[in-house]
Amino acid sequence: MATHSTDHFDEAALMVRPTEQIGQLGSRSLLIGGVGALLALVGFFVSGETFMTSYLIAYIFWISLTLGSLGVLMVHHLSGGAWGMAGRRIWEAGTRTLPLMALLFLPIAFNLDTLYAWARPEAADDHILHLKAAYLNAPFFYLRAVLFFAIWGGLAYLLNKWSREQDEQPAQLIGPQDRRFRLLSAPGLVIFVLSITLMSVDWVMSVDPHWYSTIFGVLMIGGQGLATMAFTLVVLAALVKHEPMSRVALPGVVHDLSKLMLAFTMLWAYFAVSQLLIVWSANLPEEIPFYLERLQGPWQSISIAILLLEFTAPFLLLLWRDLKRKPHVVRRVAILVLVMRVVDITWTIGPVFRHHGSTLHWLDFAVVLAIGLPWLAVFWRSLAGRPLVPARDPYFKEAMAHVR
Amino acid sequence: MSHTPETRPALYGLLAEFDSAQGLLDATTQAREAGFTKTEAYSPFPIHGMEQAIGFDERLIQKFVFVAGVVGCLTAFGFQYWVSVIDYPMNIGGRPYFSWVSFIPVSFELTILFAAFTAVISMLALNGLPQPYHPVSNAPSFARASQDRFFLAIEASDPKFDLEQTRAFLSGLQPLEVVAVDE
Repeated sequence: MATHSTDHFDEAALMVRPTEQIGQLGSRSLLIGGVGALLALVGFFVSGETFMTSYLIAYIFWISLTLGSLGVLMVHHLSGGAWGMAGRRIWEAGTRTLPLMALLFLPIAFNLDTLYAWARPEAADDHILHLKAAYLNAPFFYLRAVLFFAIWGGLAYLLNKWSREQDEQPAQLIGPQDRRFRLLSAPGLVIFVLSITLMSVDWVMSVDPHWYSTIFGVLMIGGQGLATMAFTLVVLAALVKHEPMSRVALPGVVHDLSKLMLAFTMLWAYFAVSQLLIVWSANLPEEIPFYLERLQGPWQSISIAILLLEFTAPFLLLLWRDLKRKPHVVRRVAILVLVMRVVDITWTIGPVFRHHGSTLHWLDFAVVLAIGLPWLAVFWRSLAGRPLVPARDPYFKEAMAHVR
Repeated sequence: MSHTPETRPALYGLLAEFDSAQGLLDATTQAREAGFTKTEAYSPFPIHGMEQAIGFDERLIQKFVFVAGVVGCLTAFGFQYWVSVIDYPMNIGGRPYFSWVSFIPVSFELTILFAAFTAVISMLALNGLPQPYHPVSNAPSFARASQDRFFLAIEASDPKFDLEQTRAFLSGLQPLEVVAVDE
């Protein structure tokens, strides 16, 4: 049924770039990021060594949005659908923060011994770490990091380049024959998932080098997808009032994206429970300390908060159909999810470094805002630099045909 | 019980036949906009947007499913608690009797089980299925509703129904044909 007049999806109207609105959003987020950066700077001088813990937490949070964007982008190239027509340019802009994230990785790379016990000289005396040294050693760690960035960068570069060509090419060259997005995304997703699994082991899990969990990589991927969907909805809620997003981010599209956030909430929870269940049931001395530290003592309340605010509350709220169709309402759930992602990453990394009753630290949130400053600057700039809607995607009209 | 040949059975309604999903979708929208409320659309496959076109906004199943899911979860969790803590406590590897972590999978599964069964059963019940007899199958062409034809029925019990006017209205929607269907 043609609920929209034909010029609703008029290409010229959709190719408009709302530079002014994005500029406003950009300066607003930069202001908040600037405050965070100042606080982080204070924290850097006050707290010294614990700063790196907060830095790692904040870095993992932001790169989860960068990488989540890349993953969701490839999924959409394979699946199609109206939901991605509203989200495509947000994810593309998200992936273009990769060079920045490579640069921001350097502080971690130069402080390996602060963050990772296996990188310290004492590790040689530890029998288990000695056995793990074949994998957990600095040169191999660096090599893998370079490989990760090369893989992600290659995928992000090609998808962004082709997308720009699609916007700029004469119309007659664009058509369903433009299969290269799919041809890259299919193997790309496989490589992506494998690389994120290894990255999670390297950068996050190895802060506690005695502990391991084989589901940890996919747990991180679930978290990335969740954070990315939440971030997408927050951005969309800000853009939906203006042309051209108002034409594309219809209630049905917001509904679909919210459903995906609900799905990722459940997927993440499913992985989290699986890990808990397996480790808890086996009760092995090399695995169970992870949960002993977190399910009792000062971290217990954080565990309960994660259960209630990262799973239960978003899950119950997102069951509600009307909520999922209203961007300014679902935005609040999305913000809660994003905050809880920071808490969750802190819960994963923090107990390794914080033993004397301290759990969440104000510095964690300050550094999240501080890294958000350049991340969002690159993001908004990238977003404003191209048409906000992939109106020249050969599948665009087909995807939007039945949305209302 | 049988009708004498002279008594005509009551009129069920009018049935318009279309040859495309789009034709049915447009006709259904126009029927709703014309104020008809007792309408029903028949097609060989689900049509995207038909829900809105026919003005179907019943949300009962969702509520049933939610309640059933909660009940399923509580049933499973409660039963495991009762078995492991109250009725037959067993020491398994020194773990506490109330091992809530190991209760999660069964609670999850029963949530899904109750919710899924409730969804299917309440869908059937609310649709009045199974229904061995339905008046529209009296229309000779209706057999093709499961193959390649699309039908819109307006029931005689509709407050706006008037045999001649409604027939004229349906004929104006470019159907292949409009037939009167008996109860």
